[in-house]
Amino acid sequence: MDYIAARQGQILVKGKDNFNISCEKKSEAGSVSQRACVFCGSRVVLYPVADALHLVHGPIGCAVYTWDIRGALSSGPELHRNSFSTDLREKQVIYGGEKKLYESLIELIDRHEPKAAFVYSTCIIGIIGDDVNAVCKKVSQEKGIPVLPVHSEGFKGTKKDGYKAACEALFSLIGHGNIDNVSPVSINILGEFNLAGEAWMIQEYYKRMGVEVVAVMTGDGRVERIARSHGAVLNVVQCSGSMTYLAELMKEKYGIPYIRVSYFGIEDMAEALYDVAEHFSDYPEIRQKTEELVADELSELLPQLTAFRNDLEGKKAAIYVGGAFKAFSLIKALKHLGMTVVIAGSQTGNKKDYEMLQDLCEPGTIIVDDSNPLELSKFVKETGADLFIGGVKERPIAMKMGLGFVDHNHERKIALAGFKGMYNFAVEVHASVMSPIWNLRKEVL
Amino acid sequence: MLLRHTTADVVEREGLTINPVKTCQPVGAMYAALGIHGCLPHSHGSQGCCAYHRSALTRHYKEPVMAGTSSFTEGASVFGGQANLLQAVNNIFTIYDPEIIAVHSTCLSETIGDDLNQILIKAQEDGKVPEGKSVISAPTPSYVGSHITGFSAMVEAMVKYLSINSGKSNGKVNLIPGWVEPCDMRQIKSIAKRMGVENILFPDTSDVLDAPLIGKHQMYPDGGVTKEELVSAGDSIFTIAMGSFASEQAAKLLNKKCNVDYEVLDIPVGIKATDRFIMKLSQTAGVEVPSDFKSERGRLVDVITDQEQYLHGKRVAIFGDPDQLIPLTEFLLDLNMEPVYVVSGTPGKYFEKRIKELFEQYGIDGKVKNGPQADMFLLHQWIKEQGVDLLIGNTYGKYIARDEDLPFLRYGFPIYDRVGHSYFTTLGYEGGLRIVEKILGLFHDRQDRDAPEERFELVM
Ligand code: SF4
Ligand code: SF4
Repeated sequence: MDYIAARQGQILVKGKDNFNISCEKKSEAGSVSQRACVFCGSRVVLYPVADALHLVHGPIGCAVYTWDIRGALSSGPELHRNSFSTDLREKQVIYGGEKKLYESLIELIDRHEPKAAFVYSTCIIGIIGDDVNAVCKKVSQEKGIPVLPVHSEGFKGTKKDGYKAACEALFSLIGHGNIDNVSPVSINILGEFNLAGEAWMIQEYYKRMGVEVVAVMTGDGRVERIARSHGAVLNVVQCSGSMTYLAELMKEKYGIPYIRVSYFGIEDMAEALYDVAEHFSDYPEIRQKTEELVADELSELLPQLTAFRNDLEGKKAAIYVGGAFKAFSLIKALKHLGMTVVIAGSQTGNKKDYEMLQDLCEPGTIIVDDSNPLELSKFVKETGADLFIGGVKERPIAMKMGLGFVDHNHERKIALAGFKGMYNFAVEVHASVMSPIWNLRKEVL
Repeated sequence: MLLRHTTADVVEREGLTINPVKTCQPVGAMYAALGIHGCLPHSHGSQGCCAYHRSALTRHYKEPVMAGTSSFTEGASVFGGQANLLQAVNNIFTIYDPEIIAVHSTCLSETIGDDLNQILIKAQEDGKVPEGKSVISAPTPSYVGSHITGFSAMVEAMVKYLSINSGKSNGKVNLIPGWVEPCDMRQIKSIAKRMGVENILFPDTSDVLDAPLIGKHQMYPDGGVTKEELVSAGDSIFTIAMGSFASEQAAKLLNKKCNVDYEVLDIPVGIKATDRFIMKLSQTAGVEVPSDFKSERGRLVDVITDQEQYLHGKRVAIFGDPDQLIPLTEFLLDLNMEPVYVVSGTPGKYFEKRIKELFEQYGIDGKVKNGPQADMFLLHQWIKEQGVDLLIGNTYGKYIARDEDLPFLRYGFPIYDRVGHSYFTTLGYEGGLRIVEKILGLFHDRQDRDAPEERFELVM
């Protein structure tokens, strides 16, 4: 197989290659990489804060491409679903865009009265050197709301650095709210963005356990709830790639410990609840309620899965997702459906992630970092996968090759988290893999 | 009530753009480049832009969209991206083996002053471009123009780098379709073919972005204008450029470089623009108009008159790309509708001028705006001032349509939430019929939906 030579260490076969993956490096120039930028990272993390203003400072494109693309649902305000851009023109590229930024902020805050404002700097701002911090500070003083610069110039790293910038912005909101009434049995959920209403499902579980959720960051997010999140006793980090950094910051400043969890798949979901219960072991009724909850949900779910399993037993799946953590859960979830994973890859995994990935996979599995369409389609062909799990850019490739597909990224419209989500996942995998349309893909004319 | 914050009184804005009716140049350059056979578009800048542009095109066309990126990091942003691009060219030809690489810049690479042309000459000199392969490039900083001007720049680059006048006529007519759907490109070719006019259509995304499913992923699908055709475009007898925003620059350059005469026509949307296109084809190629065009046209007019009472006096708000809005506005006017608000984010004086002429000609008291602050916020404010019966525009119109409870026809780019736009043409008389069918469908559905029990009728 032909790879870009420099990518050799990023593609390994379990059981065959010496397992020393090289990752966390920048993509080769010229590769058709599936990766995004710093700004993209910041934007996906912060965008669900629904009562805040999100102003993209830069040329128009960056704002348009991130306009309401992720379906992060809100139960109230919808300000976040608008697209606000300073739409930089040549003039500002030469003379600077601070004035335009200032005026735009004032106008927007006056009209929409947001609870806070996030100002995203895109690539070009880093080059022309606008003093975004100063403008934000000034506006914040004049308008009396937090106006937070998010330094997310695209070229200054990877999506991960964008997560970090977002965490910093969130962190500066935290600590301002009143925490008098926060329960001693309380948590924050970090890294859950309420795609397809998942944050609502998860919150419901914790509520049933008797645990108060102070803030979800950032699904269905509200500035006020974030501002008092330092009152919570524990941070529960779901999308660890994006939010562990914030958990660290909060641990340091407020002494709040954190645990890492995943809400995808049966074991991981149950564990996420048990781990929280464990933390509140001084309250034995919580453990008991958790057991009841899990038993309840499983007694409904497990029999439902059997039917799918009968059809799917022995089918092969390929996974290529953003964060490696998601891949772990998916591998376990697919096992419940009788499927084997033959390709497992991520855009941003680190060494530890890939080691864990290797442990979870069967021998012969191709493990890949920062892949591209040409490779992915070759892998699929070699392994004879029946299902592909990926995001928007992978879907049409999988479809063209004639195999089932499940979106586990932006374009997902059904909840895949939680026990109900496992069922939804099974339905979707089954429907896609078993579709009769794949029998028609070969030309007969 | 997503847009509950929109106020009715129109506020003057200087800087800010709210809910834009445009996007940035590179995505247009990328789309145009995909219309060359065996071409890999390449984005010279950071990874993010390229990922976004590919996502945007993938979402609209529901097809794999391939493109390379120079993967800028901080180093490149300080020292320039030459090394990245040279390496990229090398990597791309070795690994992905395209016929052509079509490079476009982004805000970032433009701002730091990378000269694509220079760098690519160096790539050639360094032997990084294999024998028989080509590299073309277009500057597309996104702080000027819009996705449409980016498209235009890449079409111009096709001429600039490839077209040659060999001194021997090929007897063909060049057709430059502008940013339209793959099915529209197919339709233009088909009209020319039915007329017996040999042509070179560029770019041509049919069979690239509406490729069939055959059980394998083709890095380079079967469609696209070939490099040989682009070279030969310099030997054609005439060029018809459709749309002044997306197509005129290439035609102009072809005229200057290879002495091919040209005329800019509207994209053939609706009856009159299609008439003009067909007449022009017949004239330049010296062919008769086959009679089946006359019947096709007659059937369209017939359907319109049959349903005339549902169309006349209906107020319409439209937004989108200038080359499409001009003939679409004209068509709506011919349908006896009233396109009262017309908004395009793409800058350019010609647009307002043409739309105002149309308003005047048909006696419409309408509003038109394009350029930076011509956005959906403005359009929504106008609609709040005085309502309309129909909204036409890309996917993002759905917010306004829902808030104002308006029938909504999706048209233009991008359309993320419906299918069909890339398969069923809206060009020519056939496409005109489709537009009318869709509009009538919306009105009829609305009437059925809103009818009280006693007024719910079988025959409409
Ligand atoms: S940086 Fe420029 S080219 Fe890139 S997405 Fe933003 S506007 Fe478009
Ligand atoms: S790489 Fe830069 S310019 Fe491109 S989308 Fe990201 S922030 Fe915008």
